[in-house]
Amino acid sequence: MSAFSAVRIPFPAVVAARSAGEKPSSHFLCSPAAAPGIHSSPLRSPRLGHPPLAVSSDVLSSQKPLGSNSSPSYQAVISRDEALELYEDMVLGRFFEDMCAQMYYRGKMFGFVHLYNGQEAVSTGFIKLLETRDSVVSTYRDHVHALSKGVPARAVMAELFGKATGCCRGQGGSMHMFSEPHNLLGGFAFIGEGIPVATGAAFSSKYRYEVLKQAKPDGLDVTVAFFGDGTCNNGQFFECLNMAQLWKLPIVFVVENNLWAIGMSHVRATSDPEIWKKGPAFGMPGVHVDGMDVLKVREVAMEAIARARNGEGPTVVECETYRFRGHSLADPDELRNADEKSHYAARDPIVGLKKYVLEKNLASESELKATEKKIDDIIEEAVEFADSSPLPPRSQLLENVFADPKGFGIGPDGKYRCEDPKFTEGTAQV
Amino acid sequence: MAAALQTAALLSASPNLIDPQRYRVGLSARSLIGRRGSIFVVRSDGRTSGFFNAKSRSGNFITNAVATKADASTSSTASKPGHELLLFEALREGLEEEMDRDPHVCVMGEDVGHYGGSYKVTKGLATKYGDLRVLDTPIAENSFTGMGIGAAMTGLRPIVEGMNMGFLLLAFNQISNNCGMLHYTSGGQFKIPIVIRGPGGVGRQLGAEHSQRLESYFQSIPGLQMVACSTPYNAKGLMKAAIRSENPVVLFEHVLLYNLKERIPDEEYVLCLEEAEMVRPGEHVTILTYSRMRYHVMQAVKTLVNKGYDPEVIDIRSLKPFDLYTIGNSVKKTHRVLIVEECMRTGGIGSSLRAAIIDNFWDYLDAPIMCLSSQDVPTPYAGTLEEWTVVQPAQIVAAVEQLCQ
Repeated sequence: MSAFSAVRIPFPAVVAARSAGEKPSSHFLCSPAAAPGIHSSPLRSPRLGHPPLAVSSDVLSSQKPLGSNSSPSYQAVISRDEALELYEDMVLGRFFEDMCAQMYYRGKMFGFVHLYNGQEAVSTGFIKLLETRDSVVSTYRDHVHALSKGVPARAVMAELFGKATGCCRGQGGSMHMFSEPHNLLGGFAFIGEGIPVATGAAFSSKYRYEVLKQAKPDGLDVTVAFFGDGTCNNGQFFECLNMAQLWKLPIVFVVENNLWAIGMSHVRATSDPEIWKKGPAFGMPGVHVDGMDVLKVREVAMEAIARARNGEGPTVVECETYRFRGHSLADPDELRNADEKSHYAARDPIVGLKKYVLEKNLASESELKATEKKIDDIIEEAVEFADSSPLPPRSQLLENVFADPKGFGIGPDGKYRCEDPKFTEGTAQV
Repeated sequence: MAAALQTAALLSASPNLIDPQRYRVGLSARSLIGRRGSIFVVRSDGRTSGFFNAKSRSGNFITNAVATKADASTSSTASKPGHELLLFEALREGLEEEMDRDPHVCVMGEDVGHYGGSYKVTKGLATKYGDLRVLDTPIAENSFTGMGIGAAMTGLRPIVEGMNMGFLLLAFNQISNNCGMLHYTSGGQFKIPIVIRGPGGVGRQLGAEHSQRLESYFQSIPGLQMVACSTPYNAKGLMKAAIRSENPVVLFEHVLLYNLKERIPDEEYVLCLEEAEMVRPGEHVTILTYSRMRYHVMQAVKTLVNKGYDPEVIDIRSLKPFDLYTIGNSVKKTHRVLIVEECMRTGGIGSSLRAAIIDNFWDYLDAPIMCLSSQDVPTPYAGTLEEWTVVQPAQIVAAVEQLCQ
């Protein structure tokens, strides 16, 4: 058990002190979990001697230990359709990743492949609340974010197979998933580099509204940036929190805290391991949520996304989650101890949702089975599609280096080099 | 001496454009290099108070520069077509025209807004277009460059200013991984129509970190175009072309060229990003150069002409890709090539240019290509040492004499 978890689990109920006039139900205005009896101030009262406090979450204030197997007792209202949608999306993510592992070991895909198993509640909890016009920025662990955003499984699988039918024509690969029609902006393989890009997308959203005067009857386009606990020690995280709050950009920073940055335990890397606290430090709400519970994630996400959409600015959401596999398929996963793994395995988000759905009679066992069967078929079809798809032709090599191929310059003959048939064939030396 | 030489080079380079009687470059400054540099001023009265502290004296700077320009132009130039301006004003004019033309064009960077830019390229634009279109960012190069890329991916056409080009080393990851590669890795789905620009090059005793030539670092990034401006005319035309390009473009400006004056057309023009500029046609040797070294070359050319040589001078302008047509035609004519650059010898633009010429025009060469580059040393602070670091006109004269033996 990591120290981080140990800090958080034993708390008894923390009573949030709320100022009059604030919505009492808001996650964003609860007290910090520092200790019982410490009173928080409302977020917008910076005159107090301590910084604005925001947090979290009924996870912390719950009397139940996080590891409890009892079903969630809060009253998150979801409809049957919503429950089935969430279940389907999480199962899609899980089955897809399991299939990736198989295909990797069968030599169908190569390179670094980072699987999302265990973290599905975060992707599903957030992305299923987004519209097509909203943007998602992901990391190297991006397959499932792509799937949740609506990129077809066959296009993601074909990309992993390095095929021309992949969502990036085989030019991106596992860590560089993009889809323009779905506003999936990547797929960023280096730590932290996606956060500024996400901030830029949020800036565009504000710019379209304020400068270009594009009407937004339904609110601003929202950008959700996903990244891990390791990234939260990187400067780009802090720089972008500052800029996003400074300009009140419509963005949600979602920390998928799975406690490990490859082999670096979060508590060994971070002076104050409670990442959500960094939100208030920059003047924005910080929220902590149980990232193994899709309904809790969804509840927090709903409010954070609404804030962004209404122009109220950014939010940091720290989702405590866990990856059930190694860092990548190349990681033997020998470092993390068995107790920790089994602790989180017992909180499998898919099992948890299934239990909830059945207890609340939102759907029957056979309906959930039918969903699983449907996903099985989709994954099978995706593999068949990927396997039978053509490899990228040579002619593709020099396409897309430049949006305007004049960037290859002018040749000795005075013509643009891209006019040379060898460029179309992909055989030119560049 | 070093300073006098540089001044002369600067002023004599475009004989039609700059009147050395009226414009002297201030040289004696010892003052105030702030954390992020200062402003170099041309004055008409020949006074030698060259550097102003940018922070505290920006108001003075503007007044003087404008007044200077007005005085100078009334007598001799009022009746000529076109209008006369300084290089930084030409950049600003190009920027403003594009911002007028397309509301998606926006500017972001350190002190580009209220302060008007460290070299005043964006002066007044925040007042005209608002704080969001001319966005003052915190000092966070990596993140605001990345933000520009994210904005470009989602429909805007940002111009990101590096207050000094050297600072963009902090944004190298974003420039390389995202500017350069993202269009490709996304399978062509996302375009990055961004311009990254700013002052670089060896100034006057700015010290090693503020004297960098990043073109050599950036040149192997795929998917990125690089241009260097050297005159007010090409500065404006290249700025406009870079903004209109669908590709990410790095526009290199030089700290010592911002106050060059030139008469440019009143009517709108846009230059070709990929084309080199014929500066002086000649027969005996091809001299390829760019940015500030153009003026060292032109000073050397005066001496060379007096000695009976007829060199051809080409400002390559496009640092990536090279204009192989203009360069090749010249090589085919003169059969001799001298490259003069300010960036470092190892892995510099000159090295790549030499390789490209050997690959494409070997058969036309009658002599080994010579390349004069800066020494592979961190640019020293002391004026004498700094002078010995970069190529001087006398070296250019000697190299041509050797080539043409």
